[in-house]
Amino acid sequence: MEKKTPLYDFHVEAGAKMVPFAGYSMPVQYTDIIEEHLAVRQKAGLFDVSHMGEIMMSGKDALKNINYLFTNDFTSMTDGRVRYSPMCNEKGGVVDDLLIYRMGQNKYLVVVNASNREKDFEFMKSHSFGDVVLEDISDSLAQIALQGPKSKEILSKLTDEENIPQKYYTFLDGVKVAGIDCLVSQTGYTGEHGYELYCAAADALSLWNALLSAGKDEGLIPCGLGARDTLRLEAAMPLYGHEMDDTITPLETVLDFGVKLEKDDFIGKSALVAKGEPQITRVGLKVIGRGIIREHSSVFIGDDIIGETTSGTFLPYLNGAYAMALIDKVFCTVGTHVSVDVRGRRVDAEVTALPFYKKS
Amino acid sequence: MNTPKNLKYSETHEWVELLSDGTAKIGLTDFAQQKLGKLVFVNLPLVGDEITADEAFGDVESVKAVSDVIAPLDGTVLEVNEELLDEPGLINDDPYGAWLIKVEVTISKGELMSAEEYEAFCAEEE
Repeated sequence: MEKKTPLYDFHVEAGAKMVPFAGYSMPVQYTDIIEEHLAVRQKAGLFDVSHMGEIMMSGKDALKNINYLFTNDFTSMTDGRVRYSPMCNEKGGVVDDLLIYRMGQNKYLVVVNASNREKDFEFMKSHSFGDVVLEDISDSLAQIALQGPKSKEILSKLTDEENIPQKYYTFLDGVKVAGIDCLVSQTGYTGEHGYELYCAAADALSLWNALLSAGKDEGLIPCGLGARDTLRLEAAMPLYGHEMDDTITPLETVLDFGVKLEKDDFIGKSALVAKGEPQITRVGLKVIGRGIIREHSSVFIGDDIIGETTSGTFLPYLNGAYAMALIDKVFCTVGTHVSVDVRGRRVDAEVTALPFYKKS
Repeated sequence: MNTPKNLKYSETHEWVELLSDGTAKIGLTDFAQQKLGKLVFVNLPLVGDEITADEAFGDVESVKAVSDVIAPLDGTVLEVNEELLDEPGLINDDPYGAWLIKVEVTISKGELMSAEEYEAFCAEEE
């Protein structure tokens, strides 16, 4: 039996197609993935992402712990900032990728992938030390993502200007949106301007409905996980279990901006240093032949396999077939011609720059 | 759901229009296109290819997934609806107008369903 988010009844009543995902029954689409995708690029979309996990870390040694557990450096971080980081195992593989919110000098909110929530909590707990308390608060929180160029306009109708975080990767806590207590961050997983709102599970439906009606004139529509996936792929944002996993290092999948090898010891550091320059790298592929490339397909140059696709589909805004792949670094130059096995057929593609889409 | 009476239907949601000259048009049903969502790619056989009942002769893809198109009978491909290669969405707009292939029928399968039977079958599957 799958778990339900606080917005489950809304999804079912709205006629969403529900699918099991990370232990939850989640909406994959309400009407059409392409329509929902384009709404986010051109207007705005609303996503229930309450399945995401939230772990609070507090205590005098919280900063020391996150600097040891995660690969990014949090030393200079100030209150109200959000930072992205991979979390590695001892071998340098990725346990998960996360967002860290600095709530206070000794208090950090860690947002983790739904499918990794238990694994992450156990991993973090077993490697924590000193004065720090870890608490999985996922079930008490709902998370709603408001994404798209109209999202600020919509949010402004429900709260004062001063309650809207002005910069990317910043947040404001304890603000009222439609009269509901929220943490609002300027973050997202679509490559578009937008916000993520965290509130008490009991307030989720009120907040959701308030946002939907506030955004009606701007063209805001509810969007499912299907569009969330195509949007993040179009923006070339990596997804755990696809572009990275326990055996792929963050350097191999080009997340080096979130790995600070120069900082003091952290889990996986010695393995990453010992491995040296990665031999594989993450690239974008654009189909130039006929077909759609999906994940787990071999990438060829001639008869030689040079790597494997990690995600791929038809991207609605770019109106073409694209994929990301982990390939031998030797072949990563933009413009390199490759072919990809699609169910026994070879589809021609070329290495193309990432991200595929960047908001103007 | 639209289910024209003059067509025959397969359990894998293809429709067949059997013509008096021993040829047939094959396409995807309204039920199928609704289930698949907006189609973004169609892969069809070549003229002259043999198709075999219960085997895939092509595939259609939505953003989310790829699905085989299963031959409802044995035959030889006479014509391919090339318009669909550039505009797969025509199948969503008009599933019974947007035929995929025309074939010379060699063996017509016995167990294709009538419109009434197919509607009942889909109701069961929902």
